[in-house]
Amino acid sequence: MSGIAKIKSRTVVLATTDIDTDQIIAARFLTTTSRDGLGAHLFNDLRYRSDGALNESFPLNVPSAEGCEILVAGNNFGCGSSREHAPWALLDYGFKAVISTEIADIFRSNALKNGLLPVLVDKPLHARLLNEPGLELTIDLADTSLTLPDGTRVSFEIDGFARHCLLEGIDQLGFLQQHSEAIRTFEERRSWTP
Amino acid sequence: MQTMLDKIWDEHVVVPETAETPAILYIDLHIIHEVTTPQAFSKLRELGLPVRRPDLTLATMDHSTPTTPVRTFKDLAVISKGALNQIRQMERNCGDFNIELLGFDSEYRGIVHVMGPELGATQPGKTIVCGDSHSSTHGAFGALAFGIGTTEVGHVLATQCLLQRKPRTLSVEINGQLPPGVSAKDIILALIGKIGVQGGTGHVIEYRGNTIRSLDMEQRMTICNMSIEGGARAGMIAPDDTTFNYLHGRQRVPTGHAWDSAVLRWRSLHTDDNAKFDMSVSLDASSLQPMVTFGTNPGMVIGINDPVPASDDPSFKKALDYMQVTPGRPMTENDVDVVFIGSCTNGRLSDLQEAASLLEGRKVAAGVRMLVVPGSQQVKNQAEALGLDRIFKDAGAEWREAGCSMCIGMNGDIALPGQLSVSTSNRNFEGRQGIGARTVLASPATAAASAVRGKVADPRSLAREQRQ
Repeated sequence: MSGIAKIKSRTVVLATTDIDTDQIIAARFLTTTSRDGLGAHLFNDLRYRSDGALNESFPLNVPSAEGCEILVAGNNFGCGSSREHAPWALLDYGFKAVISTEIADIFRSNALKNGLLPVLVDKPLHARLLNEPGLELTIDLADTSLTLPDGTRVSFEIDGFARHCLLEGIDQLGFLQQHSEAIRTFEERRSWTP
Repeated sequence: MQTMLDKIWDEHVVVPETAETPAILYIDLHIIHEVTTPQAFSKLRELGLPVRRPDLTLATMDHSTPTTPVRTFKDLAVISKGALNQIRQMERNCGDFNIELLGFDSEYRGIVHVMGPELGATQPGKTIVCGDSHSSTHGAFGALAFGIGTTEVGHVLATQCLLQRKPRTLSVEINGQLPPGVSAKDIILALIGKIGVQGGTGHVIEYRGNTIRSLDMEQRMTICNMSIEGGARAGMIAPDDTTFNYLHGRQRVPTGHAWDSAVLRWRSLHTDDNAKFDMSVSLDASSLQPMVTFGTNPGMVIGINDPVPASDDPSFKKALDYMQVTPGRPMTENDVDVVFIGSCTNGRLSDLQEAASLLEGRKVAAGVRMLVVPGSQQVKNQAEALGLDRIFKDAGAEWREAGCSMCIGMNGDIALPGQLSVSTSNRNFEGRQGIGARTVLASPATAAASAVRGKVADPRSLAREQRQ
């Protein structure tokens, strides 16, 4: 999870609302047993035309999008399926954060477990970010702040525990395992067994 | 005063949540399938960890599996090396970790959310998870059931627990007599149209009211199934006699005295009078009509005879362009290329019966391809015992093996670019049923009527012809 504490990058903007997980990574690319290499198929049917040629007008394909680590997306990003392949694909492609006004529950949970920051902002700031693609932003996870080039600094909401784990490099499975005694006690004491 | 969510949640808290840490929540049933688990098992192998409770884990294969009819499952024509590898790895993982796999040799194999209830593994008061967002289906039994990602699948395999913040609650009160020709699918589509695809984000929905009470279990499952399409990770319905009658005698429910005490416990799960919900919505079922989607998410939905709405919103316009539909015109003017009946939303016996009742003695219109895919081997066997397969085949439809099939289109069952598919599944996202495929979500009755007419059709018009 190194390099996540502070992200400084220009943005790529996908203004469409309700971008679902099928658009992020289509189901036909899920026949894999690995989490690697999915970036090649990120937004496949938007990045490429039906004949396989690059769709040059798609925001990710514009030369200035090269190397951008922050995706600004329309409201309700990541709705749909629970496929963790969606954040895996975004990370593998090179994104480290997604900014929107709403990010779907399961996608957000999956993103946080992999070090892709789901950053929620209010509507006025969102509108500004949508209208100014390529804006250089600094996202600081330590103080949960987002800074614009003009010095405007806002704080954003993010799950505190996930933030702590990302910053301290704590593995959530390891955290759960530390409570194995409590889990055993729970199993022994419950009034019915499943 | 507690809600049903409060009661089930409290019973499963291993370590309570604090300001700093989420709760550790115990999971009673973990259903797994071939697509969202390989990376979780790899993690376990890497760390040298066993599966903590293989006895609370149930595996099947449904997503990338072929549904083409075969004499023996040894002849399976799997779509790709990748898909075959997933299937083989699932078999190996379940073998190595002592997990019961209802695989190709099992008469109980089926879509995860059809199989669990059918076996009686899904029970009131349980916490149930699966690496699939339609896990909300199991909430129809008064369980807390939700979809998880692959990392969380690994957490449950290793510890039988999840780290969770308690969600907020949304009461959806549905009252009134459902008109003829209108089904559970139409209720849930109308609700998503009302609250929007993010209306339930951060919430667990509890469906309440006399309409819900009047529905059978399969209809309740259809409703809970699509909770996630309204943004809610889980949907639930209080268990009652309908629930207990459905479960009684099923393979994995308690028997004898244990059954009696289970029912006693299940009866106490309902939300207390005057318990508070964070949010409330109501819907009048008596005013509903068959619903169809016109756009590229399940919230873009209208009555079958209503005009497609107009909007200047660019995302809205983009969706209409993709769907090639015109504002101001009803969806019934659109020609149909494909009809799909199946999925964890509408692939159960009563769904197939609903479709068959309209197809009996009729033919699928020329040029329309119709696929009927039972939700499980059990559903397939039951349908065949009732002769439904003959009705479908005589009408010109394809009768398939059980699986997710064209709902997710990752096994080779797809619609072609530009084709319009009337589908009983749950998602009309761009490309969901194949690159460039245009999906119209509808009930089994509407899908069957559309197959016969060759256009998106009102099932009530076909039913009227039948009566005359």
